[in-house]
Amino acid sequence: MDGKTSGVIRCESLWKIYGPDPGGIFRKHDGAPSDEALKESGHIAAVNNISLEISRGEMLVVMGLSGSGKSTLVRCLSRLVESTAGRVEMDGQDLFALDEKELIELWRHKMGMVFQHFALLPHKTVLENVAFPLQMQGITPDVRRAKALEMIELVGLSGRENYFPRELSGGQQQRVGIARSLAVDPGIWFLDEPFSALDPLIRREMQDEFLRLQEMLKKSIVFITHDFDEALRLADRIAILYHGKVEQIGTPEEIVMNPATDYVARFTSEVPRARVLTVGSFVVAGEGDGVEPVAKDTPIASILRRIVLSPDARIPVVEDNGRHLGVIDRNALLDALFG
Amino acid sequence: MMLARPWLPDALLRPPAVLLLPFADWLNAFSDYLQNDLQLTIFTRAIADVVQFILDVVNNFLLGGRKGLGLPAVPWLTVAALAGLLGYFLGGTRLALLSGGTFTYLALFGQWKLAMQTLALVFVSAPAAVLIGLLLGIAAQRKRWLEVSIAPLLNIAQSLPHFSYLLPVVIFFGVGHHAGAIATIIFATPPMIRMTLLGLKRIQPEIIEAGRTSGCSPRQRLWLVEVPSARQEIMVGINQVIMQCLAMVVIASFIGAPGLGYKLLLLLQSLRIGDAIEIGVSIVLIAIMLDRLTLAWAYRVPEYHGDERFLVRHKYLLGAIALAAVSIAIAALEPYFYFIPRREGLSTGFLWDPIVDWITLNLFDPLQVFRHFVALYILIPVRDLYQWAPFSAVMLLYTGLGWCIGGRTCALLIFSFLGFIALSGWWDRAMITAYMITVAVSVCIVLGLTLGIWASRSPSRAKRALLLCDTFQTFPSFIYLIPVIMLFQVNDLSAIAAVTIYAMIPAVRYTIEGLRNVPVPLQEAVTSAGANRLQRLVQLELPLALPHIMVGINQTVMFSLFMVVIAAFIGTQDLGQEMMRALSFNDLGKGLVLGFCVAFLGLTIDQLVSHWERRRKRELGLAE
Repeated sequence: MDGKTSGVIRCESLWKIYGPDPGGIFRKHDGAPSDEALKESGHIAAVNNISLEISRGEMLVVMGLSGSGKSTLVRCLSRLVESTAGRVEMDGQDLFALDEKELIELWRHKMGMVFQHFALLPHKTVLENVAFPLQMQGITPDVRRAKALEMIELVGLSGRENYFPRELSGGQQQRVGIARSLAVDPGIWFLDEPFSALDPLIRREMQDEFLRLQEMLKKSIVFITHDFDEALRLADRIAILYHGKVEQIGTPEEIVMNPATDYVARFTSEVPRARVLTVGSFVVAGEGDGVEPVAKDTPIASILRRIVLSPDARIPVVEDNGRHLGVIDRNALLDALFG
Repeated sequence: MMLARPWLPDALLRPPAVLLLPFADWLNAFSDYLQNDLQLTIFTRAIADVVQFILDVVNNFLLGGRKGLGLPAVPWLTVAALAGLLGYFLGGTRLALLSGGTFTYLALFGQWKLAMQTLALVFVSAPAAVLIGLLLGIAAQRKRWLEVSIAPLLNIAQSLPHFSYLLPVVIFFGVGHHAGAIATIIFATPPMIRMTLLGLKRIQPEIIEAGRTSGCSPRQRLWLVEVPSARQEIMVGINQVIMQCLAMVVIASFIGAPGLGYKLLLLLQSLRIGDAIEIGVSIVLIAIMLDRLTLAWAYRVPEYHGDERFLVRHKYLLGAIALAAVSIAIAALEPYFYFIPRREGLSTGFLWDPIVDWITLNLFDPLQVFRHFVALYILIPVRDLYQWAPFSAVMLLYTGLGWCIGGRTCALLIFSFLGFIALSGWWDRAMITAYMITVAVSVCIVLGLTLGIWASRSPSRAKRALLLCDTFQTFPSFIYLIPVIMLFQVNDLSAIAAVTIYAMIPAVRYTIEGLRNVPVPLQEAVTSAGANRLQRLVQLELPLALPHIMVGINQTVMFSLFMVVIAAFIGTQDLGQEMMRALSFNDLGKGLVLGFCVAFLGLTIDQLVSHWERRRKRELGLAE
């Protein structure tokens, strides 16, 4: 039950069907009802045969527009909603085999969740809200107070621990929501559109804050959003959902460079590529000509100026540990941007 | 069928005697079975004893005496001071003045004993009703089948007139103080169930999910997450329970519940209007005070005081102890501050009596003319029409209406409601009730709409009018008989007048709300299209507000049914009158059947109006 060392989720052929008789329609079609069969019988598959895996310390962003099933997916993964069929494993443990008591234990120790509309308890102070999951575990008031204060400091709300939610701005409320979800030090962190209800400027600030936290905490994260830019900014990998199915799953770069379907391409066409693509994608063998090297993770936006201003320079690319990889392929890079 | 009346067989004119079903006998047999064979009375009388004991304790606390714990009573000064402090704690100076002032008034005017008897009943029944209602509401939210089975029961329970609750209570629990309390508890529980259920259902799903992911066990989730999140609705439920309790306690005087209501009943029976007004003022003051205190409590927002010093943090508690000590000391020195008997109290009777006399002397003739005119040209013709109409035609008409508006289920329900009334043998009486509420509701609609439209024309006026509606609505319905008897003495017209005054409140309130809630963009659109105020009202506001106004009219019908039964007290010939008679003969079956007749009249209208209203809201895209 140690949250720190764990943190892998796998789901296999996960289904969540809504309608008059989800189980029946699923069995009738031998576990693979077609879209037409579902539609004819008045069913909707909010999660349609999804398999994916989140490895330790990875952030998977599930991106989809409203009605794509992304909220249902995260609720099936956390078993807030009972799935129709399939299997979810958490650290090798079959989630659907747990009885209610075991499930409560799992929630108490392994999972944290952040909600779109904050879902703070209006009758409790910031401190009490953050300490709430600890209170559920029966931890003594002194200990949970200390732990909650630590979390409040982590999210930058020190000094407001005795405020009530109604006295806080939206951004501050979501900080409380984040602190609450981290209070039990969960291995797995679910965030359901945590920044969607916030103003654009605050959203940006919260995203930075969130990246800072993740840098420190290295949680395994399932992050839901409908905002493609947000997905690009935050994700290690993105899964794009459409009508309950995964259209494409991959790193931001893979998705922007090679959209698998037309649907995905419609999102990626507007994306400023210079911000998404990294230098590492445009390396050819060769020796640099003595100019300062760049790391392979660098977004090309930040070196574009150098490339354009000195057309003949051979800029060396290095790995994080400084090992030499090659030089930037100038033509390929410009083609990708403007071609 | 109306036109063909002369040729219709008798069996279609009024329900034929052979078809009448002895519902009353069945109910009596059932109650006998419960009483004698199941020995249920042993159980119910045991409950009665418990309630009686609690009542004795509370009574003892407020009034002294040998029963209960046998302690001396708390001085009135202490009660008034503590009530004032509570008022200040909940709502500042104004509420402090209201609650402290009310108790001071009650003491100074020598009504302390009566008022405390009434309040003791409220203090015993309200917490019981709240607790039962809360638990049932929670259970109904958990178990779908319970919710489904409880919903129609609540509908009927809330449209049964107050009197129907009294009879079964008398049979199973006996007559007296505790019977009043028990009838009150039963009567006041349904709104609590409803509000609890509503509150629990309105919680954002995310809050419940947050509770689950925080690792709540089901019990932790209920008491730490769901119930606190539904606090507002539950508190409004408590407010409703207390107001219902007060209304019922006043009416429970008919089965020997002591207090202000009983006194008022005696005074009205002997037409001592001046004294009755004085009692009426007391009841009204208590009603307003209880309403404002509980509402202030309901809308209180939590505040943090953990970081204050002990003395500051507990200032109200310490203040209460200090106030109690000081006031008890004063009362010990000066008996005037302990208890003021009736004959030593002030009286406003000298003020009211001349006014009443003057009205009788000077207004009697003009009112007499008015009364004759109304009776001759409106009441009697309408009544005759209702009595003349063949019952089969009436049933057909309403069932058909139900079919057109709400479809098959609605038609079927209406058919069985009216069918019950026809088969119960009370059709004629029911038509008298129907005629009285038709007249009263028509007047309510005309006056209520006019007043409502007038009040809605300016925001501040609307706000004041709504506040006034709130206040009037807190008065126990019984109160409205006082001015009516003063003006019209005792007859059909006064009953209808009382009903009209009481039942107009929802018509006014919903008209104002409906008109004020027309979306601003629509108003701007219509105004910028060049509509003047009248055009805007007719073209936009009234059509959009109509569904909401219909909800108000639906409530007006319900209110008027309640009131018409109470007005039986001043001599009508309808169902209510029969109910009074059943009450005095302890005829449970008859009383209940009559109660159902009244309830079914109301539910018939309710079916029609609510179906129409829902359909219309859907058509306008206003449905939630």
